Amino acid sequence: MSDTAPALPAAIENWFSARGWTIHPHQHAMLERAEMPCTLLIAPTGGGKTMAGFLPTLAELDDGTHEGLHTLYISPLKALAADIKRNLRTPVEEIGLPIRIDDRTGDTPASRKRRQRADPPHILLTTPESLALLTSYEDAARTFKGLRRVVVDEIHALAESKRGDQLMLALARLQTLCPDLRRVGLSATVDDPQAIASYLARHPDPCDIVLADPGPAPDIRMLETEAAPPWAGGGAAYAIPAVMEQIKAHKTTLIFHNTRAQAEIFFHNLWLANDEALPIGIHHGSLDRFQRERVEAAMVRGELRAIVCTGSLDLGIDWGDVDLVIQIGAPKNVKRLVQRIGRANHRYNAPSKALLVPANRFEVVECRAALEAVRENDLDGDPRGPGPRDVLCQHILIAACAGPFDEDELYAEMTRAGAYATLTRAAFDACLTFCATGGYALKAYDQWQRLLQRPDGKWQLRDPRAAQRIRMNLGTIQDADLIKVRLKRSRGGKPLGEVEEAFAATLTPGDTFLIGGQTVRYEGLREMTVEVTRNPGRKPKIAVFSGTKFATSTQLSARILAMFKQNSWPTLPRHTANWLELQREVSELPRAGRLLIESFPHDSREHICIYGFAGRNAQQTLGLLLTKRMEELGLDPLGFVATDYATLIWGLQEVTDPAPLFDPDALRDGLEGWLAGNAVMKRSFRGAATIAGLIQRNTPGAHKNRRQATFSSDILYDTLRKYDPDHLLMDITREEAMRGLVDFGRIEEMLERTRGCITLRRLERISPLSAPLLLEVGKVPVKGAAEEKLLQQEAAALMQQSGLDKLPQ
Amino acid sequence: MTGYDFSLAGARLTALGSGALWWTAQRLLCVSDLHLGKSERHARRGGSALPPYETRDTLARLSDLVSALQPETVVCLGDSFDDDAASRALPDAEQSQLAALTQNRRWIWITGNHDPAPTGLGGEQMDELYLSPLTFRHIANPSATAEVSGHYHPKARVRSTSRPCFLLDRSRLILPAFGTYTGGLRSTDPALAALMERDALAILTGAQALPVPMPR
Repeated sequence: MSDTAPALPAAIENWFSARGWTIHPHQHAMLERAEMPCTLLIAPTGGGKTMAGFLPTLAELDDGTHEGLHTLYISPLKALAADIKRNLRTPVEEIGLPIRIDDRTGDTPASRKRRQRADPPHILLTTPESLALLTSYEDAARTFKGLRRVVVDEIHALAESKRGDQLMLALARLQTLCPDLRRVGLSATVDDPQAIASYLARHPDPCDIVLADPGPAPDIRMLETEAAPPWAGGGAAYAIPAVMEQIKAHKTTLIFHNTRAQAEIFFHNLWLANDEALPIGIHHGSLDRFQRERVEAAMVRGELRAIVCTGSLDLGIDWGDVDLVIQIGAPKNVKRLVQRIGRANHRYNAPSKALLVPANRFEVVECRAALEAVRENDLDGDPRGPGPRDVLCQHILIAACAGPFDEDELYAEMTRAGAYATLTRAAFDACLTFCATGGYALKAYDQWQRLLQRPDGKWQLRDPRAAQRIRMNLGTIQDADLIKVRLKRSRGGKPLGEVEEAFAATLTPGDTFLIGGQTVRYEGLREMTVEVTRNPGRKPKIAVFSGTKFATSTQLSARILAMFKQNSWPTLPRHTANWLELQREVSELPRAGRLLIESFPHDSREHICIYGFAGRNAQQTLGLLLTKRMEELGLDPLGFVATDYATLIWGLQEVTDPAPLFDPDALRDGLEGWLAGNAVMKRSFRGAATIAGLIQRNTPGAHKNRRQATFSSDILYDTLRKYDPDHLLMDITREEAMRGLVDFGRIEEMLERTRGCITLRRLERISPLSAPLLLEVGKVPVKGAAEEKLLQQEAAALMQQSGLDKLPQ
Repeated sequence: MTGYDFSLAGARLTALGSGALWWTAQRLLCVSDLHLGKSERHARRGGSALPPYETRDTLARLSDLVSALQPETVVCLGDSFDDDAASRALPDAEQSQLAALTQNRRWIWITGNHDPAPTGLGGEQMDELYLSPLTFRHIANPSATAEVSGHYHPKARVRSTSRPCFLLDRSRLILPAFGTYTGGLRSTDPALAALMERDALAILTGAQALPVPMPR
């Protein structure tokens, strides 16, 4: 404890000591730095992080003289805002502090929201989106008058997404309204604290970093099972009995999955094996809000023995009773693993207990590598690039909603957000032009432009009513097109959750699928809602959620390659070590400095397997680029499949000379040409166009069925590509795709790492390491002439089956 | 030819992969739902500024068809403009492109629900056109036969591919939308399912017009 720690007001100090609690050193450190413009606290879960963030606020509000808003608390989750409200009110009421606390999220009733704007509480708990909305009102200056502190919780999670970028732009706005505003960030353990600090601080202000005692090292192991994991797949059904035993042996277990679909399948299987009928729940982002809240409430009351969940529980609510975390499937990323482990044992100074369950044989190796990385505290992280410009465009529109703005002032304000510190004036101007006129090479319909410049040089909305539309479409969270699922009843049955529109389109009445752990039967589509009935006992089709498929991090891939260099693998289970030994015997193991390619016939097709270790997205891109090259070279590729470590391509011709396929310049050229028409680009475009305000998902008074009137964003993309390929949104789309889904950077990195050293191994049959790829789902057929041909065959078959081909035409 | 040939009430017709209809005997080309000027209307009504290239693109595709087929008559089956104001607001270049098209052949604008008033852009304006044995109108009349209409922007899904399509049964043909900025209504929608007979066909547009049993 520091000697210079400022005294807390006696009432607060007494409240702590009455409970026999002492103030943690990092909580003192935060009090000491109360006057600093910016402080980042890094503490493990359960370290009293939130209290550390609020103590200075409570101390400053103790005397009851402050008028208006004093502290804004921002969290990535609505549930967290509500939870903190409860947790904070208890001490405030018991100490008798004259402090009003309220939360404001998308779920808050409109009447209360209006009241908050006119008469804000001392502490307002909110989300980045609700804050952005607050800054879009003309009376924002009045609402935020008196604001002294802002506390950003779970900033490590926000800093990885556009939600964080939007938040930082909003803070820049608040700082203009309240120049003395002080910022505090609360973060879980991260690889690069300085990066988060610069992200949080008003540029170029310094930001102090307080590192709390990280607590004891976690107790983390791989789950040992009698059955060996399967060769491929992600379900980990083999581990159900062992997981069940663990649930029985612990008070409360959190079972994390990487995707929602896997969580559903696992929950289904777990329930079938639950012969003691233990209370087990499921929680993921596609479930209906009420269902999720019910599970959360049961959890808080300590009624659940286990929860099967996804990233939806990565953050948030402090559940002290969780004594075991199980991660199903390789964690893909060490940092996220460490943060998930932290969800167990929220009591400070007790080691967290966690088990890793590899879903397949390769993941055994990956889990082993992850365990070693955790032990060495070697966290991974890729630096994020500069702030995305689609978020910038939305912020300009938000600024216009709040009233006329001066472009020089707005530009200066934005560059005070760390992520936008390097934003050039030209880039800003392009965004402003886009917001004002659309920014097209063809100047058309100028009289209808969205923003107008007034005689005094300030910009304003041409039509003030546009503000409503802009506010309705605010935010940066991108969902796939989801459709609600409801039980079929005469007057609209109970909502169960959501499935992707693409999945709903594949259903025919009578099909069954899993949602929220129940098997339901598809009855029909009514007013864009999937209607289902309960249908227990039948083997379900599986709900497909696109979710984010995380790619194995660069650093974890490097560790796996390093493990492959070992002569033997005493730390790996016998079955997995044997598998690697067999691979070494019949072929060889991939190495970091060399690109291994195996070529073999299988099932009357020629196959090549490329061990790039570049992560799922990059291996997928590599598959697309290579098959395109192969088609040009007459190698007749038919399809491919990609995992985090390899791409398997099959076709009609044997590949005898792979070097020309991997020529970096040719690959880059292929990327340019191929990218343009690719579905990945269209998806990235849709995201950017929605955030930047070109596509509006919500319009006032929208009809239920507007299908005819609305058209897909793909058409806009194709049109821009044809007539205006240099448009701002096309530029943003390319930038995004390269970073995210295309991940070409990691292909470049692989080429750099292997420097043209390619080993081609011609084998008589499939190799041990490539075999699992044949079992992978998500095989991609090579499109082009083949697709049209298949469609024609299918059409002819349908005509024949239905007998319609016999009708006179 | 990338078309699919069929008969409707004795008339031999071809559904083209581009979404247009060709009647060889009459040298008649028919397109539906061009929705010209959509981006202008969108911007005018306070929406965002969509890329203003759809009129240019739609007209370019129509011009290509006209050059290739040299029709004597062109029928635009309604909703040719996104609204009346949009027809008046066409930029000069697009006005002249359209004027060049409507010259030297009979050009008929059928009235749609989006564009009821005369266009003033050349060609004739009518509510419906009877050309024995077929009647051309914008919205299908459920009790009519030998009818060619548009309006619904039908689309159908085969394998996992969804494409704009023609719908065809003994009584009627419904054309897909030809305009660049147009969405579609699935063939499974009750409105279309009720209109079409049980053994109706959906003819998918694309590189090759492809007939399949209409998905319901």
